[in-house]
Amino acid sequence: MARYIGKRLIYMFITLALIATFTFFLMKILPGSPIASADKLSPEQRAVVEARYGLDQPLPVQYFDYMFGLLQGDLGISINQFKGADVTDVILSRMGPSAQIGFQGMLLGTVLGILFGMVAALRQNTWVDYGSTIVAIIGISIPSFVFASMLQYWLGLKWDLFPVALWKDGFMSSVLPSIALAMFPLATAARFIRTEMIEVLGSDYITLAKAKGASGSEIAFKHAFRNALIPLITVLGPMAVSILTGSLVVEQIFAIPGIGEQFVKSIMVSDFSIIMGTTIFFSVFLIVIILVVDILYGVIDPRIRLSGGKN
Amino acid sequence: MTQNYEKLPHDAFTRIPRDTQEAEKISKPSVSFWQDAWRSLKKNKGAIISLILFGLIVLMSFIGPLISPYEPNDQIITHANLPPKVPVIENLGIMDGVGTLGGREVDMYELKNVEQNYWFGTDGLGRDMFSRVWKGTQVSLFIAFVAAAIDMLIGVIYGGISGYFGGRVDDVMQRIVEILTGIPNLVVVILFILIMDPGILAIIIALTITGWTGMSRVVRGQVLKYKNQEFVLAARTLGASDTRIIWKHLMPNVLGVIIINTMFTIPGAIFFEAFLSFIGLGLQAPDASLGTLINDGYKLIQYQPHILLFPAVVLSLIMIAFNLIGDGLRDALDPKMKD
Repeated sequence: MARYIGKRLIYMFITLALIATFTFFLMKILPGSPIASADKLSPEQRAVVEARYGLDQPLPVQYFDYMFGLLQGDLGISINQFKGADVTDVILSRMGPSAQIGFQGMLLGTVLGILFGMVAALRQNTWVDYGSTIVAIIGISIPSFVFASMLQYWLGLKWDLFPVALWKDGFMSSVLPSIALAMFPLATAARFIRTEMIEVLGSDYITLAKAKGASGSEIAFKHAFRNALIPLITVLGPMAVSILTGSLVVEQIFAIPGIGEQFVKSIMVSDFSIIMGTTIFFSVFLIVIILVVDILYGVIDPRIRLSGGKN
Repeated sequence: MTQNYEKLPHDAFTRIPRDTQEAEKISKPSVSFWQDAWRSLKKNKGAIISLILFGLIVLMSFIGPLISPYEPNDQIITHANLPPKVPVIENLGIMDGVGTLGGREVDMYELKNVEQNYWFGTDGLGRDMFSRVWKGTQVSLFIAFVAAAIDMLIGVIYGGISGYFGGRVDDVMQRIVEILTGIPNLVVVILFILIMDPGILAIIIALTITGWTGMSRVVRGQVLKYKNQEFVLAARTLGASDTRIIWKHLMPNVLGVIIINTMFTIPGAIFFEAFLSFIGLGLQAPDASLGTLINDGYKLIQYQPHILLFPAVVLSLIMIAFNLIGDGLRDALDPKMKD
């Protein structure tokens, strides 16, 4: 186990270093100067500005400066969007709303999904089952931005139940974006739990529990549900990815001051240091989640041998 | 009974001679793997309906822009922002050309003196949404199919080589894949779009740059599974070359998994294309894909919901259809992977 975690950590660092190197040189070869209205400056002014951002140094020096900064959590300085602000600060200041809707969406989606999946498995091949399957297919198929705009149109504009956009009414503002983000986790969890439950319900120990005289609900919750829940951890990774991808558009649609909305904006105004910083932040987030999920899975279910022999 | 054997008429029975050759004969025609798969796919109603629906959408994406009297990019500014109007359906109270203007319901076609019918309405520049939606569908499908085909090609070759030759080759190739799959594809796609000129080519390259790793893993796994089985050993003993073993003996076995995987890559590519267009990194005007149309429509959601409605519905239908076809194919081709 320790060997496996060590190996994974090494890969994680290689991957991150590659991403950082890649983004760094990508930003260097991008057309245009990162300094706003660079043409209007006199050579002297330009030199001063360049010196301030370290752009006068040779490329290798800039690169190593950047990499060392990264190790200390310094993502550089915003160039044209937040004149001179630390990228790390910009990202941190916008984490709140993103984390809130992401967490709520994940929670809502997983809980409802588990419920749907369980009911579907216990009432297999009835209308309840078909209904939940249809919801799952729709949840996986309809892109979050289509779903988000539908929510906004009906629940926000037409029926006026929740704020249409902006981050002003506390929890109420977070309802629609959370629902929009919850669709994919809901659908994934529902499908997954249904499959697992059906498999578990057909196993010998359930027959034994029945023979022993355990009641229906006892079998469903105590025996079947618990064992069906374990493999759900494997899909937590893809769910986190979907929440993150979704947050880019959902935050845009509901005008939420989060990281996703920030990222899209900085692409529009080509603030390279913000783009780089956010890219690296996203990568770290996703890679760490996937690593944690893999390790958790091995800890919770000892049948999975992570470091096992080659297949 | 037993005593009365003699009373049975002897001529009522004839002896059927036992033929050893006949015993070995298979009375039913043998069913190939693909026929069997097609049989079980036919039983899956969802998949068949989706297949027909998808066929119709593909058909419409080609003939839609042709049967509409307007070109997708023709602007008739006096016909801007018209709601949809279809001759027969208008009597049902939907798609009757009525829109809200200053809070009142007005027949926009009468108001603007428009004789023609726009089935899906028009956008803010007076472009016909019907031809734009189908043209956009065509573009979206094209991007998705090309991206999926490239993913398939690279993934199959890479995974095949890695799995078949094994050893050191496999080790090195798998380490590369491990690092590549570690990079979130959202990040790669966005970065690649940034350095290239936005357009169809940029989107396809961005989608395929890491997209093939999934396919290569699946193919490698299958090749590893089959390459040590007896039929491969037999072929090798008979002197078959590596190429022949790969193409004639391994590929047919791996094909099912390749098809299933591709069926799930395509909706993913459609989604990413729409996603990129929605955040402004996709196709540039006047080119349209479903994603850019949804993006345009979204900006006018409050006043002209029909501009968003049609591309969103088509996109959702394609995604649902593909997921159902993919599920059906998986059940039909690989019963072991069945949900």
